[in-house]
Amino acid sequence: MFLINCPYCGERDQQEFKAGGEAHIERPKQPTELSDDEWAEYLFMRKNIKGVQFERWNHAHGCRKWFNMVRDTSNDEIKAIYKMGEKPPAQ
Amino acid sequence: MKNKYSVFSLIKNALSYHENWQRAWKDPAPKKEYDAVIVGGGGHGLATAYYLAKKHNMNNIAVVEKGWIGGGNTGRNTTIIRSNYLWDASAGLYDHALKIWEGLSQELNYNVMFSQRGVMNLAHNLQDVRDLKRRTHANRLNGIDAVYLSTEEVKKFCPIINTSPDIRYPVLGGTLQRRAGTARHDAVAWGYARGADSMGVDIIQNCEVKGIKRNGDSVEGIETTKGFIKTKKVGVVAAGHSSVIANMAGLRLPLESKPLQALVSEPVKPIIDTVVMSNAVHAYVSQSDKGELVIGAGTDDYVSYTQKGSHQIVEGTLNAILELYPIFSRMRMLRQWGGIVDICPDASPILSKTSIKGLYFNCGWGTGGFKATPGSGDLFAHTIANDEPHKLNAAFNLNRFVSGDLVDEHGAAAVAH
Repeated sequence: MFLINCPYCGERDQQEFKAGGEAHIERPKQPTELSDDEWAEYLFMRKNIKGVQFERWNHAHGCRKWFNMVRDTSNDEIKAIYKMGEKPPAQ
Repeated sequence: MKNKYSVFSLIKNALSYHENWQRAWKDPAPKKEYDAVIVGGGGHGLATAYYLAKKHNMNNIAVVEKGWIGGGNTGRNTTIIRSNYLWDASAGLYDHALKIWEGLSQELNYNVMFSQRGVMNLAHNLQDVRDLKRRTHANRLNGIDAVYLSTEEVKKFCPIINTSPDIRYPVLGGTLQRRAGTARHDAVAWGYARGADSMGVDIIQNCEVKGIKRNGDSVEGIETTKGFIKTKKVGVVAAGHSSVIANMAGLRLPLESKPLQALVSEPVKPIIDTVVMSNAVHAYVSQSDKGELVIGAGTDDYVSYTQKGSHQIVEGTLNAILELYPIFSRMRMLRQWGGIVDICPDASPILSKTSIKGLYFNCGWGTGGFKATPGSGDLFAHTIANDEPHKLNAAFNLNRFVSGDLVDEHGAAAVAH
């Protein structure tokens, strides 16, 4: 349990938010041309990093907006939060 | 050779004040080379080593464990054992394990305290009723004992459940698998460790894997905190840390690691003589032989390796427990902890070869791996020894995420994620 600084609402309890998994997974531009391996990679394979990870979160019980977060999964420390469409901070 | 545990050895050692018991397993330094190395000294890893030595005559093998054996999820779960899964592939896998459980204490000469006290799953809405009835039929077609119980029968089987129609999620029925139950989790790790050790397996604790050495598409060995170990076969059984090990070999897995919590109450006199699981409201409860209520809570929805978990998850579980069992309202909880579980998109495990020759993964057990420990070890040993899966774990290959042939047990198997 930790606090999350929503870029739209400010600091709120983590239980107001829904984790949306790994960030910056690009949707295939031409889905019809994807091989089965590429589909598997896109749909299922995850980095699942122990350490600093880029992920998406949704303020589900608040403004309901999506945003990105850089978080250390080994101690739940939040490194940075940035809006959708913004460039991820260099790590 | 190990001394056999028996009533006579107990009396003999009692006479010498229990000061002369033989060590249950050695504490060896790693050799330079092994025929196979198992990464992860939990129940599944130790069972894999045990069956590799016992059934496949691979005695020059080692188990490397970064902490102490059984100190990860083996020592952190709620010890529920059942095999009432919906799909044929899962039924085969989990019932294989349950059949081994039934003779395990005798086989290992180690009391794993396997207790077939039954597992009951509750239905709280009409869809639950339909799903549970369907699963009961599927189980029986697969030769797995299962019965559907009415609300009255649920009450009769476990009288402390509140079956009043006035509660928020009333009990509309349930299923019962009588062969299911619980076991002593530490004893399973220790029993397999002792058995494997007596057949020559080196169990190396405090030995963390730092890298996997590859020569092209084959495994050559592992880098550890105790030096390089040469081997052609590496079986990874690292639960929540599977992705971390996979990353060392340049592989990606379809896993997300999340904290799963459990808690125990203060010990009380026997009050619940079975295991009751309720997925809809997320309340699992059984009672340990020490008298503590053993309660399983849920996972957090974010990736984390912290072994903690959020408070609201525990709060939600206890709310549900109190509504179902008002008698527990003044119980105090003694301890709470978290374990890191590796969850697959289809909520089924991976017991598989990989694209790298000599590298095998046994992972993705998610929130329900303990029940499968003996079967998982047996089938993974078969896969490593023959470089081919056994027919019971063939469906649980890594390639299913490419072919689309998933074993979708989300919800269907009475599992709650």
